Amino acid sequence: MTQIANDDVFQTLPASPTTTDSASRQPLLQIRDLEVGFQTQHGLVPAVRGVSLTLYEGQTLAIVGESGSGKTTTAQAIINLLAGTGKVTAGEILFEGRDLTKLSAKEIQDVRGRLIGYVPQDPMSNLNPVWNIGYQVEEAIKANNVAQGKREVRKRTIEVLQEAGLSDAADRLKQYPHQFSGGMRQRVLIGIGLSARPRLLIADEPTSALDVTVQRQILDHLGTLTRDYGTSVLFITHDLGLAAERAEQLVVMYKGKVVESGPSREILANPRHPYTQRLVAAAPSLASRRIQAKKNPQADAEKIYSEGSLDTGLIARATKRENAAPDRDLISVQGVTKVYRIRKGGFRSDELLAVNDVSFGVKKGTTTAIVGESGSGKSTVAKLILQLEGITKGRIEFDGQDVAGLKGAELLKFRRRVQPVFQDPYGSLDPQYNVGNTIAEPLLAHKVGTARERQARVLELLDQVSLPSSTRFRYPSELSGGQRQRIAVARALALKPDVLVLDEAVSALDVLVQGQILNLLTELQAELDLTYLFITHDLAVVRLVADNVCVMKKGQIVEAATTDEVFDNPRELYTQELLSAIPGGNFEFGR
Amino acid sequence: MLWYTGKRLLQMIPVFFGATFLIYFMVFSLPGDPIAALYGDRTPSPGVIAQIRAQYYLDQPLLVQYFHYMVGFFQGDLGTTYSGRPVSEVMASAFPVTARLAMLALIFEAFAGVLVGLIAGLRKGKLFDASALVVSLLLISVPTFVIGFVLQFVFGVQLGWARTTVSGEAPLNELILPALVLASVSFAYIVRLTRASVSDNLNADFVRTATAKGLSRPRVVTVHVLRNSLVPVVTFLGVDLGSLMVGAIVTEGIFNINGVGGTVYKAIKLGEGPTVVSFIAVMVVIFVLANLLVDLLYAALDPRIRYAK
Repeated sequence: MTQIANDDVFQTLPASPTTTDSASRQPLLQIRDLEVGFQTQHGLVPAVRGVSLTLYEGQTLAIVGESGSGKTTTAQAIINLLAGTGKVTAGEILFEGRDLTKLSAKEIQDVRGRLIGYVPQDPMSNLNPVWNIGYQVEEAIKANNVAQGKREVRKRTIEVLQEAGLSDAADRLKQYPHQFSGGMRQRVLIGIGLSARPRLLIADEPTSALDVTVQRQILDHLGTLTRDYGTSVLFITHDLGLAAERAEQLVVMYKGKVVESGPSREILANPRHPYTQRLVAAAPSLASRRIQAKKNPQADAEKIYSEGSLDTGLIARATKRENAAPDRDLISVQGVTKVYRIRKGGFRSDELLAVNDVSFGVKKGTTTAIVGESGSGKSTVAKLILQLEGITKGRIEFDGQDVAGLKGAELLKFRRRVQPVFQDPYGSLDPQYNVGNTIAEPLLAHKVGTARERQARVLELLDQVSLPSSTRFRYPSELSGGQRQRIAVARALALKPDVLVLDEAVSALDVLVQGQILNLLTELQAELDLTYLFITHDLAVVRLVADNVCVMKKGQIVEAATTDEVFDNPRELYTQELLSAIPGGNFEFGR
Repeated sequence: MLWYTGKRLLQMIPVFFGATFLIYFMVFSLPGDPIAALYGDRTPSPGVIAQIRAQYYLDQPLLVQYFHYMVGFFQGDLGTTYSGRPVSEVMASAFPVTARLAMLALIFEAFAGVLVGLIAGLRKGKLFDASALVVSLLLISVPTFVIGFVLQFVFGVQLGWARTTVSGEAPLNELILPALVLASVSFAYIVRLTRASVSDNLNADFVRTATAKGLSRPRVVTVHVLRNSLVPVVTFLGVDLGSLMVGAIVTEGIFNINGVGGTVYKAIKLGEGPTVVSFIAVMVVIFVLANLLVDLLYAALDPRIRYAK
């Protein structure tokens, strides 16, 4: 990308318009005491409670907060995109001096797109699957009278898409969203948002669904475009590092209220509000001190050993583990290859090499992370090890036994010892099953114990994942994402496995919850002597939990070493790219 | 697209033969001797019986009988009814009537159903929506013959707007009332289907994005909500086209229409093998073609399907 050189400037020279000179500038957007509520059967539920913020021309302001903090609702209230029963109940939103909350439907329609552009969160669901890309961009251009006449509109459409970084736009206008990658779709959405050269662009988590390297490219590009056009940006994100890197001003929201606001670096270096302090502390970052202490449980363990404060059972177990063949790999993957056949109409098919000659070993009681972008084959490796997919070539050994040919009772036995936890805590729990049944299900499937014993085990597991025992009567829809992921972990632990395969197990969670789950996993590992295979795209998380790292790219392992080596001396260019793409990665957070 | 259509047409072949053989098998393995049925109370001489058995291949295995029947079928010889009328002639009079009736019903249920469903979906929870739901529930739960008799009585007898029975030629204007009756249940389903689909799509992310582009409400609704909502409706219509062609027995009975449903019903009761099998063979073709049409429409409405196959 050519603009990366520019954007380094953008990153290292932030916050030029600070509070001092913004006083001389006109505020473009002023939100005063905004309150938004959603009408439910139990009355009005407030989502935004008295939010005020000011955005000056040409400025970038980020609203940071966890899900449910009201940040998206605030952004949507500006151009009245509130879902369902949402309604502004008090306060005003002044845009160029006009109160947007008082505009008629026709007037706000005129503001949307033309004066205020919007880039939504999820590129997968925000383009209409049944219309081609060209049509969806043209539509925006026509609606805002940017160009007249068929030819002019077409020309402008191509321009807009090229500006957004789709160099082959002219050839791809007739293609449909599903033929574009996530990053490409997000570029289309950015193109649509900026097509009418709006004064303000609302970017609602524009990259949270994308890989870090793609995220970086897209945000760099967005930064360049908005700077060139002098567009103000209201940036919504849950990622503190990202916000700090991209915005001059920060507004931290918590439970519908603004808890802290000011220049980004000031807030991060010196967070005053307790919530901000927690956010800053939990943000996984490469340079943070907390990680340095955290990533070395061995040292802690030794200290505890010497002080004799750990209970003797654990010590005995640890000693036993060290004595019992410490050099043998519990999981050994040897030259494994997986080829998928992709049907291409009729009887033809293409071969897709998803995993190419991958070898690595995992020792008992350790955590190995497999890192890579989407499409790198990391999840396929997980599926192969779990025996959910057959391998094409190579050999996978578990505890000295080849797992490829396992059938019937042998396979069940293997499954008892190797359990998965998946990414989506919303999709991996059956909504019709209460928590107790969900956790007990593996026990039932493997015919372990009597009903009473299973009940006792459920209680024990809930306790292990720090949930109250009453949780067993509740249903997934009544629980938060973090609680659901705890239940997924409890279910995986039900059969007392040796290995947990965690496929992006914390990726869908907010940073604070993510921290809690990672802590839980670390504690459980020490307590139960578990072996983890940790599949993730998030290198910052890797540093928190992993002992060894395998970096995957296009089906191959390009680098494999201990976590320290990978982070301190990445050998491969690709690993270096991944590391440098972590938002706020080189940021010294105040703690 | 062309390849896809061709492939689907090829798939019709085994379906056609499988279905017709099954029907053939079931009809001719029904209890009862066809020769006895043919002669009624009289008893033909053993020589005549043997001759007839040979003529109709009744002395051969069922598969061979089926083969000979199929050869005749493709040569246009569909056999004769017991009254000596060629089956092809019966078909030529029954199918056009039913086709007209089914088309009228289909047009009515598609347009009115989608329109009412769309408005209900857009005004979810309002009066129009609530009434649409109540009416559709009523139409679904009340049997067709009740609806038929009520409409016949109100419009035919009391108001005198329509004829209570349809004349032999069955012109279009006389078929309007029967078509409404025939369409009523499907209309109710389409209202509900469209309503659910529309209200789902209204909350879709891409609809919000479309609004954020600055599009007007009518444009958002027609371009981004309606087209996406039509996919399930089209599926339903395709299946329904088949059942409208076949399942009009009740409606045809009420309005005394000489259509396919009534003819097949009578043929089954009389045990007229050739008539039943021939009618059903044609119905199978119609069903399969309707399904193909649905799949093509599907692909036209949703490009993801176009490229996935």
